[in-house]
Amino acid sequence: MSTVLHAALAGGTQTSGAEEALFWVLAPVMVLAALGLLFARKAVHAALSLIVVMISLAFMYVAQGAVFLGVVQVVVYTGAIMMLFLFVLMLVGVGSSDSLVETIRGQRWAGWIAGLGLAAVLAGVLGTAIYPDPVGLDAANAPSNPEGVAHVIFSQHVFAMEVVGALLVTAALGALVLTHRRRLTPKRGQRELADLRVEGGHHLAPLPAPGVYARHNAMDVPALDPYGNPIESSVPRVLRVRGQEADAAEYAARIDRVLAGRSAKGDVENTPPEADPAGQPVNAPDIADAVAGVDLEGDGK
Amino acid sequence: MSLDHYLVLAGILFSIGAATVLLRRNAIIVFMGVELMLNATNLLLVTFSRLHGQLDGQVLAFFVMVVAAAEVVVGLAIIVSIYRTRRSASVDDVNLLKS
Repeated sequence: MSTVLHAALAGGTQTSGAEEALFWVLAPVMVLAALGLLFARKAVHAALSLIVVMISLAFMYVAQGAVFLGVVQVVVYTGAIMMLFLFVLMLVGVGSSDSLVETIRGQRWAGWIAGLGLAAVLAGVLGTAIYPDPVGLDAANAPSNPEGVAHVIFSQHVFAMEVVGALLVTAALGALVLTHRRRLTPKRGQRELADLRVEGGHHLAPLPAPGVYARHNAMDVPALDPYGNPIESSVPRVLRVRGQEADAAEYAARIDRVLAGRSAKGDVENTPPEADPAGQPVNAPDIADAVAGVDLEGDGK
Repeated sequence: MSLDHYLVLAGILFSIGAATVLLRRNAIIVFMGVELMLNATNLLLVTFSRLHGQLDGQVLAFFVMVVAAAEVVVGLAIIVSIYRTRRSASVDDVNLLKS
C-alpha cells in the first residue's frame, strides 16, 4: 500500500495517471468553491467553501511531493485559521450578510474589470513564460520530505525562523491588546449582589410555592398567606406572563366568601389567623368550599 | 498533463481571491479573499519547487503560512474591535475620518 502510494504521489518529473485523475477531480471543485466564496451571500457559506478549497489544496500538496506542507495546510489553515474565522463569525453574528448599498459610484463595475483584468494578465504571463524541464523532487526528498524541508529551514533560513517566532508572539500580544476592554464599572460579585438584595428589600428566601389543591392544576393556583389571601408571586412567572394563572382576585373573593360564611362575620378581610375559629386558615377554605357548593367551582383551567 | 496545469489553477484561484477583495463589503469575507490569494501563491510555490527540484519553494510556502496565521490573528482582532464599537462588519461603515 505505501509503495503504491509512494509511486502514485512521488512528486516526480512527470505526473502519473493517479495524480492526473486527482487533479481533474479536485480542480473543478476548488474553482467552484472559490466562486462560492465570491458569490455566497452569507459569510458562513463563504467560510465553508474556503475550507473546501483549503483541504483540496492539501491533497494537491501531498500529490506534488510536499507531504509536510500538506499536513501543515490541514493543521494550520483549516484547523486553526478557518476555525478562528468561524469563531469571529459567531461573535459578529452568523447571519451577517453584505449590504447592497453602493457607497462609491461604479465600484462594482470597476472591481469586476480589475478582477478580470488581473485574470487576463496572469493568463498572459502563464501562457508566455518558458518553463524548464521539470526536475522533480525525488532527489531533494531523498530521505523524506520533512527531513529535506527541515534541512533547508534550519541551515539557510534560521534567522527567518527566529524572526517568525518573534512575529507570532507579537501577533498574539497584539490580538490581546486589540480586543482588551477596560472594565468601566466595578465588578459585581456574589457579595455585592447579596448586599444589593438586602438593601432592595426583595425576597431573600425563595418565593413561596404555589398552592396545592386536589381540584386544580396546582401550579396555577396562588398560595395563601397566613391571613388567607392569595400570594400572587407564588405562581411561576411564566404562567403569569402567559396569563394562565388562576384569577387571584377570584380566589380572594371566594376565600372571603367562605371565611365570611364560616365565621359569620361581615368584614373578614384582615382577620388574623388567631381570630379564625377554624385555627387552620390554609386548610379551612378548602373544606368549607366543598361545603359551600358547586357555584364556587373554579373556571376549570 | 504537464505541471503548468497547477499554475493555471493557481492563477484562477488568485484572480477569484482578488475579485473577492475588490467586490465584497463584509470585512470577514474580504479577509477570506486575502487568504485565498495566499493559498494560491502557496500552490504556485509548491509547483515551482517541484519544477526546479529544490525545497526552497516549500520552505517559502511554509513561511507564508506562518505569517498568514499571524496576520489573521491581528486582522480578526481589529474586525472584532470595530464590530464592538460600530455594530457592523462592513468595510463601508468605517468612515470616521471622512470629512
